[in-house]
Amino acid sequence: MRKQALFAGAGLILLFILFLLELSTGSLIIPFQTVWSALWGSRETDAHLVVSSIRLPRACIALAVGAGMAVAGACMQALIRNSLASPELLGINSGAALAIVIAMFVLPASPLWVYNAAAFAGGLLISAFIFLLASSGHLKLSPLSFIIAGTAVSLFLGSLTQGVLILNEQSLDDMRFWLAGSVTGRTFSSFAQILPFIIIGLIGAILLGKRMNALQLGDEMAAGLGESIRMTKGLLYAVAVLLSAACVTTAGPIAFIGLAVPHLVRSLSGPDYRWIVLHCLWCGAALLMFADTLGKLVIHPREVPVGIMTVMLGAPFFIYVARQKDGKL
Amino acid sequence: MRSRIRYVFIIVSLLVLTAALLILQVGTGEFAISPKDTVSSLLGIGSPQHDFIVWTLRLPRALIGWLVGLCLAVSGTILQGVTRNPLASPGVVGLNAGAGLAAVAVIVWLDIPLGWLPAFAFAGALTVAFLSYALAWRKGISPVRMVLVGIGVAFLCNGFISLATLAGNIRLVNQATIWMTGSLYGRSWEHFWPYVPWAAVFLPLAWHSFRKLDILGLSDAAASGLGSRIHGDRTWLLVIAVALAGSSVAAAGTIGFVGLMAPHLARQLVGAGHARLIPAAALLGGLIVLAADFTGRTVLAPIEIPAGLLTAILGGPYLLYLLLRKQKK
Repeated sequence: MRKQALFAGAGLILLFILFLLELSTGSLIIPFQTVWSALWGSRETDAHLVVSSIRLPRACIALAVGAGMAVAGACMQALIRNSLASPELLGINSGAALAIVIAMFVLPASPLWVYNAAAFAGGLLISAFIFLLASSGHLKLSPLSFIIAGTAVSLFLGSLTQGVLILNEQSLDDMRFWLAGSVTGRTFSSFAQILPFIIIGLIGAILLGKRMNALQLGDEMAAGLGESIRMTKGLLYAVAVLLSAACVTTAGPIAFIGLAVPHLVRSLSGPDYRWIVLHCLWCGAALLMFADTLGKLVIHPREVPVGIMTVMLGAPFFIYVARQKDGKL
Repeated sequence: MRSRIRYVFIIVSLLVLTAALLILQVGTGEFAISPKDTVSSLLGIGSPQHDFIVWTLRLPRALIGWLVGLCLAVSGTILQGVTRNPLASPGVVGLNAGAGLAAVAVIVWLDIPLGWLPAFAFAGALTVAFLSYALAWRKGISPVRMVLVGIGVAFLCNGFISLATLAGNIRLVNQATIWMTGSLYGRSWEHFWPYVPWAAVFLPLAWHSFRKLDILGLSDAAASGLGSRIHGDRTWLLVIAVALAGSSVAAAGTIGFVGLMAPHLARQLVGAGHARLIPAAALLGGLIVLAADFTGRTVLAPIEIPAGLLTAILGGPYLLYLLLRKQKK
């Protein structure tokens, strides 16, 4: 208990520091004092305005998306009892991407919420299919087959996305930034659009912690403990999809947060999902913030989209984990 | 004995189908040539006007498509055999991503003539294969680790691809997208001749290793009990698979799902023994690519649908069917 509290405290402090860093970096580096006074309502100079009107929404979105992705990943890993599961490996990202590309092709120049709805629906559809695969039938897919299947489905959806983009050069031009995964140029209104979904999802995940623990014991054990397996899995699935679809809709297909954060957290805090979910909250937000800050600094004064930064950081991590698995999947 | 007659019958009918499709492919286009004229032109007794269209314009494209199908199918058969996983294919282990990254770099970043593109794409595929192999090596090569590491490396490549896509000129990006989807448009003899040696050397080698593949399909213990040097054989087979897939991707871009589909269809026709499986899968692969290219050229003429997009549209649903069927068992 004391260890967990310590971990939580350290996570929150780290998050706070990264939040300030995120606000102060950009093509113009703004000192911390200015950032601090801007946060308390000061509007004296242009720098204050930049912080409060441009960087604050971006930071808030990064916060929400990071937390949401990480918790969604934790739910997925609990759901299919596979520590390599995550939204992007299971095709949710590519489903949302395909849906949004098609929407741009069929309904060009629509208001933003149309595309958001399309991305949401696409992610939902693909994940529903994958969930059916995971839960139906007597013989379960082995975790390895599961990942290969997810990758193959992603490849398929990726080809279709490319196909649509070839037919329509304009949407390629519009889409390439979204497809890379980015939190740039967002306003508070787009933050407000996803906030309810993310909050509902996060609360749901926190409440489901005990059930996730029961699920890890195996279906029979969990049933013996008096849990309704079907109900638990359904709820977990709903939470994971709600969270990841909301995140992908706002920030594009940001990969690896959902994979890496639950992994790291588990190795530090132990297997209790009630704590894993909570720690994922701050650690996910912190990691995304870190990636975004780094992305703003590597080719300063230009910037690399955060989606690419998370891949650069996350893929080596994934390879490392895969090596550790040592064929034990 | 009966199975032998059946096998010969299947191979002969596949060959007949291939020949018919080749003639059809060469005969159709903006300037249609009757099958009879096509054949006489191919035999060297046609009119000079037809000869130009047949020999200079259409034959190389058809032959490249056919060869690419052959090589990708055999590469997929080997990968599925070595990893003992029916869902493995060149795309899944990251070869396509490596070749894609190299091609995108050539098109978008580097200012070199496009004639160099196949060489670079081939180098890209080889590099990724080598990386996955080296990173997956831990006192021997485990197929599971190799697949997982390949997925990770593919993610990394895709990260760089989106970076290139973001920064590049939209015309070039569009061109790169078409290449990545896999199109046979504008292929001529100068693409054909550098490609032929690879197919001519490695296809027979692949068939020659059928016994190794059969043995590797058993468990590790059983295979070494039968006197197989597992790691050596695996490495050798992987080299063949990579050479076949890499040279094909270099010649025609990433035409997906052929390596996944063809081995499965072939297994249903001739069973799992690799001595028969490899030739049957190869012929089926050739047929699939030829058919895809033919359809892509004719359906929406004069607009061309890239062959890779069509194989993906075919292959995705087939993959789903495979997954669902596997569930039911």
